[in-house]
Amino acid sequence: MKPFKQVTGIVAPLDRANVDTDAIIPKQFLKSIKRSGFGPNLFDGWRYLDHGEPGMDNAKRPLNPDFVLNQPRYKGASVLLARENFGCGSSREHAPWALEDFGFRVIIAPSYADIFFNNCFKNGILPIVLAADKVDVLFKETLATPGYSLTVDLPAQTIRRPNGQEWAFEVESFRKYCLENGLDDIGLTLQHVDDIRRYEERRKNEAPWLF
Amino acid sequence: MAAKTLYDKIWDAHIVRQNDDGVCTIYIDRHLVHEVTSPQAFEGLRLAGRKPWRAAANLATPDHNVPTTDRARGIADPISRLQVETLDNNCETFGITEFRMNDPRQGIVHVIGPEQGATLPGMTVVCGDSHTSTHGALGALAQGIGTSEVEHVLATQCLIQKKSKNMRVSVEGQLGAGVTAKDIVLAIIGEIGTAGGTGYAIEFAGSAIRALSVEGRMTVCNMAIEAGARCGLVGVDNKTIEYVKGRPFAPKGDLWDKAVAAWRDLHTDDGAAFDREVTLRAEDIKPQVTWGTSPEMVLPIDGRVPDPAREANAVKKEGMQRALEYMGLDAGTPMTDIAVDKVFIGSCTNSRIEDLRAAAAVAKGRKVAANVKLAMVVPGSGLVKQQAEREGLDKIFVEAGFEWRDPGCSMCLAMNADRLSPGERCASTSNRNFEGRQGHGGRTHLVSPAMAAAAAVCGHFVDVRKI
Repeated sequence: MKPFKQVTGIVAPLDRANVDTDAIIPKQFLKSIKRSGFGPNLFDGWRYLDHGEPGMDNAKRPLNPDFVLNQPRYKGASVLLARENFGCGSSREHAPWALEDFGFRVIIAPSYADIFFNNCFKNGILPIVLAADKVDVLFKETLATPGYSLTVDLPAQTIRRPNGQEWAFEVESFRKYCLENGLDDIGLTLQHVDDIRRYEERRKNEAPWLF
Repeated sequence: MAAKTLYDKIWDAHIVRQNDDGVCTIYIDRHLVHEVTSPQAFEGLRLAGRKPWRAAANLATPDHNVPTTDRARGIADPISRLQVETLDNNCETFGITEFRMNDPRQGIVHVIGPEQGATLPGMTVVCGDSHTSTHGALGALAQGIGTSEVEHVLATQCLIQKKSKNMRVSVEGQLGAGVTAKDIVLAIIGEIGTAGGTGYAIEFAGSAIRALSVEGRMTVCNMAIEAGARCGLVGVDNKTIEYVKGRPFAPKGDLWDKAVAAWRDLHTDDGAAFDREVTLRAEDIKPQVTWGTSPEMVLPIDGRVPDPAREANAVKKEGMQRALEYMGLDAGTPMTDIAVDKVFIGSCTNSRIEDLRAAAAVAKGRKVAANVKLAMVVPGSGLVKQQAEREGLDKIFVEAGFEWRDPGCSMCLAMNADRLSPGERCASTSNRNFEGRQGHGGRTHLVSPAMAAAAAVCGHFVDVRKI
């Protein structure tokens, strides 16, 4: 996983609530047994005018000009601005894989679904929870300013707007530590092998039917 | 000792270690595996030279990609076939028990876990699938996880998590005839919203929940995730214990007695504190139908499609307009005027034997309406299918004009060949009415099995209590 320190990038505004992971990456692309290559099919149903299937040449497919990510001013965006309950529904980690593969490193929204939120941190994406009124301000500024970009600093836990104003954000310390250092948490858990074994020994006595 | 909730009890019993900031390593008793969210996890294990920590804690089955017809011929779609073969190979390589596609015990992972006794009261259960919440009906702490966590559980038998908050949703009173567990949970989601349970473990309680069968409780817990909660739970009672008794993976003999003694404590203590409490009256719940593209967009069957113009919140209004446009509906239309093209009875929400009995009771002696292009029944497992056939339910369905299929996730998410075409409208017993969920451009209305069967025979939504 890529370590995450500071990201400066163009902001793409996705102005709808309850965006589900089926919309982020439709089910037909979940048949892949790899964890890369999902970017071209991110938001497939909204992004293209035809129906996408695995194996199609996405470069030749008709784009939906109304969809925000197809507008030239948002090309190369690495910050996704979203609304309430982003990432609800299916637990598919293909959703953050697709967002990351497309180039997003940061999501800013008032709230997220739990499983999606958790999955982001495992894939080098920082999902920031920001109060709805501040998210509103960012939507207005993004729409009003072509090339609008933000700088997100994870160690300092700040979002810097183009006017230089900084907003603080919260992030759990363990998640921050892993993301900042690009750590594989399996490796971290395996540092506590003895604790797991001790727990198992105790439980074998307490609840032997579980083993 | 302080009074604890059911969630507190199971959580506390599974803490392996706790950091100063409250992040815990919790032990996982049962890991269920399917073909869609596991290949990258097994690949990760392989690349790191790791092995499953405890292979026997895992149980696997292919369900999302499997065809529901002509199984003997295998899977036609080569990409789906490769995914299922990859699961077969991984389970063989790593010594994990798998019910393969043509095993009679194969089925939807959330149907076979309880059916086999592989999920038990008091267990921590995970699966790379959000509907793992289903297993909470047995008094287990069951949660959906992503693929990185699938790999983490395979490698360590643990998860790293912070404890959720406690919510209790009580449904008190007696349900009316024709009103089911599905209607209860849709009404709850309508009440608290699709994000109402985010950050919480929801315990479902109250006399109407106690009165449900264990299968009914599974339907309710299954959709806890549609209210945003990673897990739903119901306290253990005699029904739970009777349900588990004698199942293949359940403890036997002395171990059984010991287990039952421990399970008797799996309920919330009197006086335990919840961070949020919600109460519904069972008598107020009517058969439910969703009208939009989120499970919270739900109405009683005697309702009318809502008018976005009356919504004050701009983001909500926009969402309602988009939903109506996608669904091809006009504000003010009575729900009973909406005709359906297809009917799907199945999914981890509603494909158990009691669901099929309820649908068959409506279908019996009737015919699928002429405007309905396809009405299909997809049992949740091979064993559910066998049971239904022993009871003659298959004949009732076939005589009424339904197709009787093989078990799998099928048109709940349309990863296999079962799907809606653009613009088609479906009465579905599944759990998600998202855009494109049942097929590109497809329009899903979530209902109970009885309501789906009623829509099939009438050709439009109808109050099942009136036919």
